[in-house]
Amino acid sequence: MSNLLTVTVNGVAVEVASQATVAVAVVLAGQACRTSVSGQPRGPVCGMGICFECRVIIDGKPHCRSCQILCEPGMEVRTDG
Amino acid sequence: MGRGSRQRFDVLVIGGGPAGVTAAARAAECDVRVAIVDDNLSLGGQIWRRATDGSMPDSVRWTERLRAAKVTELCGLRVFHQPQVGILLAEGVDDIHELRYDKLIMATGARERFLPFPGWTLPNVMGAGGLQAMVKSGLPVHGKRVVVAGTGPLLLAVAAYLREHGAELLRICDQASRSSLARFGVALLRQPGKMVQGLRLKKALAGVPFATNSWPVAAQGEQVLESVTISREGTSETIACDYLACGFHLVPATELPSLLGCEIENGYVRVDDFQRTTLPEVFCAGEPTGIGGIELALVEGQIAGLAAGGRADEARSLFGERKKRRAFAQALDRAFQLRTELQRLASPETIVCRCEDVPYSRLSQCSSWRAAKLQTRCGMGPCQGRVCGPATQFLFNWNPDSVRPPIFPVRLESFAVTAGVSEPVYQEVTGGHG
Repeated sequence: MSNLLTVTVNGVAVEVASQATVAVAVVLAGQACRTSVSGQPRGPVCGMGICFECRVIIDGKPHCRSCQILCEPGMEVRTDG
Repeated sequence: MGRGSRQRFDVLVIGGGPAGVTAAARAAECDVRVAIVDDNLSLGGQIWRRATDGSMPDSVRWTERLRAAKVTELCGLRVFHQPQVGILLAEGVDDIHELRYDKLIMATGARERFLPFPGWTLPNVMGAGGLQAMVKSGLPVHGKRVVVAGTGPLLLAVAAYLREHGAELLRICDQASRSSLARFGVALLRQPGKMVQGLRLKKALAGVPFATNSWPVAAQGEQVLESVTISREGTSETIACDYLACGFHLVPATELPSLLGCEIENGYVRVDDFQRTTLPEVFCAGEPTGIGGIELALVEGQIAGLAAGGRADEARSLFGERKKRRAFAQALDRAFQLRTELQRLASPETIVCRCEDVPYSRLSQCSSWRAAKLQTRCGMGPCQGRVCGPATQFLFNWNPDSVRPPIFPVRLESFAVTAGVSEPVYQEVTGGHG
């Protein structure tokens, strides 16, 4: 289908809808977005850019709030920051 | 050195939800130069997020009016500082914008209140509006088992939305009592349109178990949510699920009004009949002046826009409708008041501040929000207390202290501008409407 695109999350390809946010790709990949200061896995909570729990590394850029950024073909997302 | 633009408007509207869109449209129809700023990539706020499917005719109608009136749309910009009265600074993806105005309308909306309970930090425990936003942003929930819990009218709307998208709704739990919800139902009868909405929701949720006097007491899972334990009428039950959508009604977003120095009364921005704050030429509309839902936001936005645009008489003609809608807001407040049992959900180890991982046991030793910040770093992380602030206010009765710039974490170069040690290369932007 033409309205899908592929990004990678920690090196694994994930197919998402063309208007999906990066947070969606991370959840679909079954990954936590970040590890908290005491080592807990965390995922998206507010969905609107205020809780900062969905921070990931996108194409090498750290601290990106993944719920506020749309996926682009070939985007490399890392969650191990 | 950063890049940026410098622009001036007769009326500047902050916030692109229903209140902001109606305020901007109405003001621009008064033949003044208007801009609307929102931190999301498109207008609509949370409730009108991606409302392109025709399900929200008000969204289409008001957005068309806003565009016909040639409002300048500044999306993807986050206001973070007021260097002097009449000027706001906003950060874009890689630039800074200086926005000057004669009149300001703040329509900064609301966010969900989250309350800590054991396991609430597990991935796939989200806000109720949070999970809905994720689905609107492309998360498929077909066949996923979902429990919706917390309090407030948003729970039913979210549950209906998730079910329409194929989720298996296992349970809706509201902590409110059956009697307070019954009184709320009676109040709805007096609200035009609300009964129709209510009946539509009832139909959409037919067959889904709905419990009152019920709330989550713990979420379980190794690396991700696996089940939630629900309390109901003194008994508890554990339900296996894929997502827990959990929010405890809404709290107003008052950081910007507070930064500017507007008077805040009982948590809400104080406004007069024309939606004017206690500062000259500064207006506020929608949820920051009282949690009242979309219909109240639409009428308050219009009043603020007309008043800022100089058409006081037209603004006055909407006072009657606003009064009716405010009665609904008061009924909301009464119906969904938080019960005190929820103050005891967190165990000593439960994380309360998610940014800095501060547990309940450390906070319970602090005497105030300020002391907690200094002694534990609670509220000092990137969310700046937007999640743990309302939670600790409920848990410990702490009051938030004054807001300081930047009101959002910004890039270092933006911070340098805030601190006055650097100035971006501004490009003057003129033209547009007017």
